[in-house]
Amino acid sequence: MSEKALNMPSLSSGFLSVVRRDVLLAWKRPGDVLNPLFFFAMVSTLFPLAVGPSSEQLAFSGPGVVWVAALLAALLSLNSLFMSDFEDGSLDQLILSPQPLPMTALAKALAHWLITGLPLVLVSPLVAITFQMPAQTISVMMVTLTFGTVSLSLLGSIGAALTVGLHRGTALLSLLILPLAMPILIFGARTVSLAAADDAVSAGVYFLAAYCMLTLTLAPFATAAALRISNE
Amino acid sequence: MWTFFHKLASPPHFYDLAAKFIPWFAVIGAACVAYGTIAGLFFAPADYQQGDAFRIIYVHVPSAYLSMMAYMVMAISAAIGLIWRIKLSHAVAAAAAPLGAWFTFLALMTGSIWGRPMWGTWWEWGDPRLTSELLMLFLYFGYMALRAAIDDTAKADKASAVLALVGAVNIPIIHFSVEWWSSLHQGATLVREGGPAIQTGMLYPLLAMIFGFTFIFGALILGRVRTEVLFRERRSKWVRKLVLPEGDQA
Repeated sequence: MSEKALNMPSLSSGFLSVVRRDVLLAWKRPGDVLNPLFFFAMVSTLFPLAVGPSSEQLAFSGPGVVWVAALLAALLSLNSLFMSDFEDGSLDQLILSPQPLPMTALAKALAHWLITGLPLVLVSPLVAITFQMPAQTISVMMVTLTFGTVSLSLLGSIGAALTVGLHRGTALLSLLILPLAMPILIFGARTVSLAAADDAVSAGVYFLAAYCMLTLTLAPFATAAALRISNE
Repeated sequence: MWTFFHKLASPPHFYDLAAKFIPWFAVIGAACVAYGTIAGLFFAPADYQQGDAFRIIYVHVPSAYLSMMAYMVMAISAAIGLIWRIKLSHAVAAAAAPLGAWFTFLALMTGSIWGRPMWGTWWEWGDPRLTSELLMLFLYFGYMALRAAIDDTAKADKASAVLALVGAVNIPIIHFSVEWWSSLHQGATLVREGGPAIQTGMLYPLLAMIFGFTFIFGALILGRVRTEVLFRERRSKWVRKLVLPEGDQA
């Protein structure tokens, strides 16, 4: 029997339909998209209130604050990556489907990035301006945040797959993912700081891009293995 | 040779074999540590710059080395368990994690005590090895937390094995990215071109300590795996035979 006879969707249409479905679900429930963004803005507001309004100090700590806030916001939304699918049973269907599971995991991670990472990158200049960041630095920050959030979505999907269906999900997920995400934070924040000091930034950007490629190639397989284990 | 490995994977066989190895490991380890402690604390010459404060390396270096070693043991046995589905190696991984966490903690603590007179601070964020060691501790915590959160042993084994492997891929990256950040820690003294840059009077006790710590680690992990195996096989016949008195084994 050929594939046509079974009426099986092709690899790309399967991939796209998973992405489309998740983005559509998020579109219907805008809270899922907006909450991490509000959280991002709130955390960034906490720092000037705690540290003091001196603009010199804010310009100095700005890159770090933006990155920490972005990391926490991404983490906050990761828990829901597989949760609703797990609860209504569609995760089982995704695992059972003839599509290769790493592809599906990649699609889920991509959808997660489109829902949470991309809006965060787009909103980040607003926060950066309040931290007295010059335009040149803001563009570097957006580039590093783009690579960083993609890596975070992929890396986080491993953790989300491991903890799906567990009770203490969110705290456990942070404990699993934060140490692994440290290189992203270090390189992201440092590169933006270097840009603010008019220093060379290409090394940091290359590193983040390389890390992004690494997670892009390896993480879906780990996520797929973790999903299979969690749903035995 | 393959039969040796096959027999090794069988829990009752391993249980007996480990019992034979533990005393040897413990005695060799204790002897090495005793020599290293006495020679290191009393006979090794004081450092020309750091005075007697350097003597903490006799605990610091072996525990820092074992914190990495334990992770390697954990990740490799997790991989073996995941690939060949050997239950015993999952037990080894489970036993290695708390030990590794303790050695990491010991390395951090001794490093911080050493840092107080040397750098004038308990904690120095600018030092990459201190920071990557701390992240190592968090990785152990994450591993143990994931294990504790899953009730089903077989599932916990596999899920934590995936985590251990993801961590193993990430550890070099974490290490180098923290390194890149900036450096205060003194460079590597033991493993480098042109032989170790340390006087032999200081070197031999240190090597003895590293050796001794490794054997003690071996004895501890074998002991932990034995109890782990007993617990996991608690419903099997051989454990009942071992633990319950005669006539009570129905």
